[in-house]
Amino acid sequence: MKRNVQIIACALLLSGCDNAPPASEGFAGLGQDATTYTPVLRGQALRFPADHGAHVGYRIEWWYVTANLIDEQGHDWGVQWTLFRSALHPGAETQGWSSPTVWLGHAALSSPSSHQYSQTFARGGIGQAGVEAQPFRAWIDNWSLASTSGQGLDQLQMHATGKGFSYQLQLTSQGPLVLHGDYGYSEKSGQGQASYYYSQPFYRVSGEVERHGQRYPVTGRAWLDREWSSQPLSSTQQGWDWFSLHLENGAKLMLFQVRQRDGQPYRAGTWISPDGRAEALRNEQIQLAPQAWTRQDNGRQLPTRWRLQVAAHNLDVQVEALQPHAWMGTTVAYWEGPVQLQGSSTGRGYLEMTGY
Amino acid sequence: MSCVRISLLALLSHWRRHPLQCFSIFTGLWLATALWAGVQALNTQARADYARASTVLGGIAQAYWAPRQGQHIDQATYITLRREGWPVSPVLEGRLNLVGGNTLTVRLIGIEPLTLPQGSAIAGQTNEALDLSGFIGPPGQAWVGPDTLQRLGLKPGVQARTEDGQYLPPLHLQGQLAPGVIVVDIGYAQALLKAPGQVSRLLMPADFADSAPHLPVNLADTLQLQTSSDAQDLQRLTESFHLNLSALGLLAFLVGLFIVHAAIGLALEQRRSLLRTLRACGVSLAELISALALELGLFAVLGGLAGVFSGYLLAAVLLNDVAASLRGLYGVQVAGQLSLSPSWWLTGLSISLLGALLAGANSLLRAARLPLLALAQPHAWRAAHSLWQRRQVLLAVVLTLLALACWQFGDSLRIGFVMITALLLAAALLLPAVLDAALALLGRYCHRPLAQWFIADSRQQLPALALALMALLLALSASVGVGSMTEGFRKTFMGWLDQRLAAELYLSPRDTAQAQAINDWLKAQPQVDAVLPRWRVDLRLQGWPAQLFGIIDHPYYRQHWALLEQQEDAWRQLANGQGVMLSEQLARHLHLNLGDRLSLPAPTATANLRVVGIYADYGNPKGHLLVSVDWLQRYWPEANFYALSIRLPAQQVSTLMAQLQQQFALNNDQLTDQASLKRWSREVFERTFVATAALNSLTLAVAGVALFISLLTLGQSRLGQLAPLWALGVERRTLAWLNLGQTLMLAGLTVLLAIPLGLLLAGCLVAVVNVQAFGWRLPLQVFPLQLLQLVLLGLMTSLLAAAAPLWQLLRSQPADLLRQFADEA
Repeated sequence: MKRNVQIIACALLLSGCDNAPPASEGFAGLGQDATTYTPVLRGQALRFPADHGAHVGYRIEWWYVTANLIDEQGHDWGVQWTLFRSALHPGAETQGWSSPTVWLGHAALSSPSSHQYSQTFARGGIGQAGVEAQPFRAWIDNWSLASTSGQGLDQLQMHATGKGFSYQLQLTSQGPLVLHGDYGYSEKSGQGQASYYYSQPFYRVSGEVERHGQRYPVTGRAWLDREWSSQPLSSTQQGWDWFSLHLENGAKLMLFQVRQRDGQPYRAGTWISPDGRAEALRNEQIQLAPQAWTRQDNGRQLPTRWRLQVAAHNLDVQVEALQPHAWMGTTVAYWEGPVQLQGSSTGRGYLEMTGY
Repeated sequence: MSCVRISLLALLSHWRRHPLQCFSIFTGLWLATALWAGVQALNTQARADYARASTVLGGIAQAYWAPRQGQHIDQATYITLRREGWPVSPVLEGRLNLVGGNTLTVRLIGIEPLTLPQGSAIAGQTNEALDLSGFIGPPGQAWVGPDTLQRLGLKPGVQARTEDGQYLPPLHLQGQLAPGVIVVDIGYAQALLKAPGQVSRLLMPADFADSAPHLPVNLADTLQLQTSSDAQDLQRLTESFHLNLSALGLLAFLVGLFIVHAAIGLALEQRRSLLRTLRACGVSLAELISALALELGLFAVLGGLAGVFSGYLLAAVLLNDVAASLRGLYGVQVAGQLSLSPSWWLTGLSISLLGALLAGANSLLRAARLPLLALAQPHAWRAAHSLWQRRQVLLAVVLTLLALACWQFGDSLRIGFVMITALLLAAALLLPAVLDAALALLGRYCHRPLAQWFIADSRQQLPALALALMALLLALSASVGVGSMTEGFRKTFMGWLDQRLAAELYLSPRDTAQAQAINDWLKAQPQVDAVLPRWRVDLRLQGWPAQLFGIIDHPYYRQHWALLEQQEDAWRQLANGQGVMLSEQLARHLHLNLGDRLSLPAPTATANLRVVGIYADYGNPKGHLLVSVDWLQRYWPEANFYALSIRLPAQQVSTLMAQLQQQFALNNDQLTDQASLKRWSREVFERTFVATAALNSLTLAVAGVALFISLLTLGQSRLGQLAPLWALGVERRTLAWLNLGQTLMLAGLTVLLAIPLGLLLAGCLVAVVNVQAFGWRLPLQVFPLQLLQLVLLGLMTSLLAAAAPLWQLLRSQPADLLRQFADEA
C-alpha cells in the first residue's frame, strides 16, 4: 500500500503538482477516476514470473524494497529502493518518446543520526528505465534491482546512489512469495478500490552502505513489495499509515490504515507465519493509535510512535521510528523510515506515512 | 513660501505674453527627451530579448556536452550516460520553416522536462511547475512567445504547419519565451526536425559540471564540454550597434537642449526688469532663484512626459526595422513589440529634468548674479555676449585639443565617440565667432549705407540666433557625416558582394555524409565547371567566436576572393598549409599583421600558421579564417563539411537546382542561387540603415525647429531695429526681403561650414568609429549629389523658418512701426 504515495508522485507530476492534493481527489490525485485503465478485479490469479514485470494498461505500479540493516558496531540502518511506473494516459506501450510511461525512482539511506534521499525521473520507451520479468531486472539511470540467479526474485542485487550516499546490497530470500488480501487482490476501502499486491518479506541482506564517502559493511533483513493498480484510493481517503514488520520469532506483519476524510480509517493487513503462510487481517482485528509526534524540518507534525495491537496473535507493541526525521522531501513528499518494536515482541520494520 | 508663489506667478505671466517662447522651451525638452527615450527604448527592448533568448533554458543548466563532430549526438549516448549515473538532459535544437498566415523561420527547441536539471527555468517557468502530461501529450504543447505568435498570425491552440507539411503540437502561449523560439517536447522535435534518435546537446547541472567529471572512455572522443555563453556573446556582438544608436540619440538630445537653452536665455533677458522689480519689492535672492528653478522644473516635467510618451511611439515605429537589422546582422531575434518597465519611464523623465537643469543652469546663474540696481541696458546682452563668445572660443580650443588627443591615443569605441562629440561641440562653439568674423570681412566690401546696415544688423542678430545656428550646424554635419559613411559603406559592400558571390550556386548540406555524396555526384556532372567545398570548425580565439574554413586550392579564389593585404604568393602558401588568411575585423581584434604567426587551438595540438592575407568580411560579427582543407583535416579530423559553391554556366542553374533537390531532397534553405543570395544580403543591408537614417532625419528636423523658434522669437523684437529704416524711406517690402536675405545669409554660411565639418565627421566615422565598432575600415568617399541635397535641405529649412517672421513683418501696419518711436520716447 505504501507505494501509493509514490505513485502519486507520478500522477501528480502529470497533472501539475502544485494543485496536489486536490481536496476531493485524495492524496496526489490518486483518487481520480481512471476507468479507461485496466480495472483491478477479484479472482484474477497472479502468474509468476510474468507478474514481476511491468503491467501495461494499469495506471500505476511499483517495485519497493525496504531493508533494516545493522553495521559491525551494532548501529541500525535503513535502506529504501523504489521504482514507480506511471502511465500519463491509457493505451499501449510504445517505443520512443511517444511512450505514455513515466518512471520515478526514490532511494534513501537512514541512520540513527541522518536521513538521506534522492529521486530521479525517466521517460518510458527510450531505455533509461524499465523492468524485465525474466530474468528479473528493474532499473532507472544507474540504480538497479536485478536477479543474480535468474530464478524469479530469489536472489537480488540492489544498488542506488544519491548525493552523499550509496548502497550495494545482496538480497537472498529465505521463504516463499506472499499474496495479500484475497490471493493478491488487496482492497483499500470498503467501496471496491483495490490493487494487486504481493510481497517477498523473507530476504536476508548483506552488503555495504556508504555515507559521505565512508563505507559500512551491513547485514539484515529486507522486504519487497509489488503492487499495481489503476485507482487504489477512494476520493474521500486522505492518506495512509503503512507498516511492514519483522518479528523476533520469524513471523512478519504487513498492515495499513487508510485515513478517511470523515469517519473511521480503513484497516487491513496480513499476518505471515515464519513458514510463509499468510492470513488476511480484517479491519476489526487491528488496533492502531499514535503515541508521540515529531515535528519535521518543514514544520509538519507526524506520529513517530504508535501502539499496535493484533489480539488474534497476542501482539501488543510500541512501534517507534529509529530516525524520527525520515522525511522524504521529494516531488511528492512523505515519511518513510525504519522502526523498532517493543512490547509483546521485539523486532524491526518500516513505516510509511502519507497525506500529512 | 508665499513670496516664492507670488514670484512664480509673476514669472509665469511672462509666458502668457510670449506663448512662443513657452512653446520653444516645451518643444525643445519634448523633442530632446523623445529622441533620447526612443533610442533607449529600442536598446532596452533588444537587450531584454537577448537575455530572454539566452534564458530559454536558463537557471542552473549552463554547462552542456556538445558533439565534437557533426551537429548531433546519438540518443543512445544519452541513455549510456544516464545509466552511468550522469544527471544529463537531452536537448534537440534546429531551424524550422513554418507556413500558414505568414511564413516564418523559428528556432525549435526540444526538451525533456523530466530530466531537466532541478532549478532550471524553461522560458522563465520552473520545471517543477510544469503541466507534464499536457506538455508531453499527445497532442502536447508548442510553447511560443506572444511576439512569435503574432508574427505567425495564429492563435493559441492552433497547430502550426511546417513547410514540408508536418503539424506542430497546438500552440501554447508562454509570455516569457524569447521571440522566434518554439519549445516542444523532444519527441516532437525529433520528428519535426527529421532527426529521430538524435539530440543536439546534453545539459548538466552546473554543480555537477564543476566537479569536472570524466567521460567514459568510449565517449570522450565524441563529446566536448561547453559552457553556455550566448548571452555574453550577443551582448558583445551587438554592443557597437547599440552604442551607435545611443550616440545618435545623444546627439538629438543635445540639439534639443540647444533649443531649450536659447529660449530660456532669451526669456531671462526679457524678464530682467521684472526680476529687478521683484527684488526691489523685497523678494530675496533665494526665493527668486527658487521660483525660477520651480518654473524650470515645471517645464521639465511637462516636456519630459510628452517626450517619454513620444519616445515610446517613436521606438514602436522603428522597432521593426531595428529588429530586422539585428536579425540580419547578428542573427538574433528581437520582439517586434515593446514591453518596457516602469524604470524606463522614470529614467526618461529624469533625463528631461537633467536636461532642463543643464540647459537652464547658465540662466539661473546669471539671474543670481543680476546687479540689483543696474539699469536694463539695451546693449548689455550684446556686451555680455562678446565676453561669453571669447570664453566659447577658448572652450572650443580646449575641445579641439581633446579631440586631437583622442585621435592620437584612443583605441576604443567610447573614446571614438568622445572624440566626435568634442569635435562637434568645438565646431558649434566656434560657429558664432567664425560667422562674426565672416560678416566683419564682408562688411569691408560693403560701401552703400543699406548694405552696411545689412551686415551690421546681421551681426547684431547673431547672438540671438547663434544657438539655433549651432543646432543647425550640428544636425547638418551629422547628416553629412552619417550619410557619407552609409553611402560609402553601401558602395563598398555592394562591390565586395558582387566579387565575393561569384559562384552560381550555394549549397548547405545536412551533414558531412550528405555533403560528400553531393560532392561526388556534382563532380560527375558534365555541365559543372567547378565544385568548391568548404569545411568548417567553430572555435574561440581570445574569447572571440570564430569560424575556421578549409578550402581547396582553386583559381576561383585568386580571381574572386579579394585581399586587402597579402604577402607574396599568399594563395600558394595557404594551399601548402603554411599560411592562414583572416578577416579584417578578426586581425584587428587579435592585433595581427601580415607575417605574424597565429596559434590555433586544435584538439590534440596547438597549430601555428603565418598570416599571409587579410580580407574584408563585412557584416560578419564573428571572426572568419581560411586555411587549406588538407591542413584543417589534419588538425581537426572532426571538421564539418559545411558548404559547397558550384560554378556552372548561368543557363544551367535552374536545371541543376532541380536535379539536386530531387536527388538529395534539399529544401529551399539549403540550396540558393547567386541572385537570391545577393538580393537577401542587400535587403539585410538596406534595413540595417533604415533606423539610422530615420533618426538622422529626425535630428535634422529638430534643428529646423530650433532655427524656426529662434527666428520667431527674434522677429518679435525686430520692429525696433526696422522702424528707423522705414522712417528713413525704405519700403516695407524691401525691408522684408532684406530680412530674409539676412537669415538666408547666416543659414547659408552655416550650411557651408557644415559640409567640411560633416566630411571631417565622416572621416572620423570610417576611420575610428567603424573600425572600433565593427572592425573594418572603409575608404572615405564623397558624394557631391548627396551634399547638394543636404545644402538645399538646410536652406529650405532656414527659408521655412524665416517665412513666418517675414509674413509678420509684411503685415505690420505703419502704425506699429511708428509706435516703436513712441515707446522709445
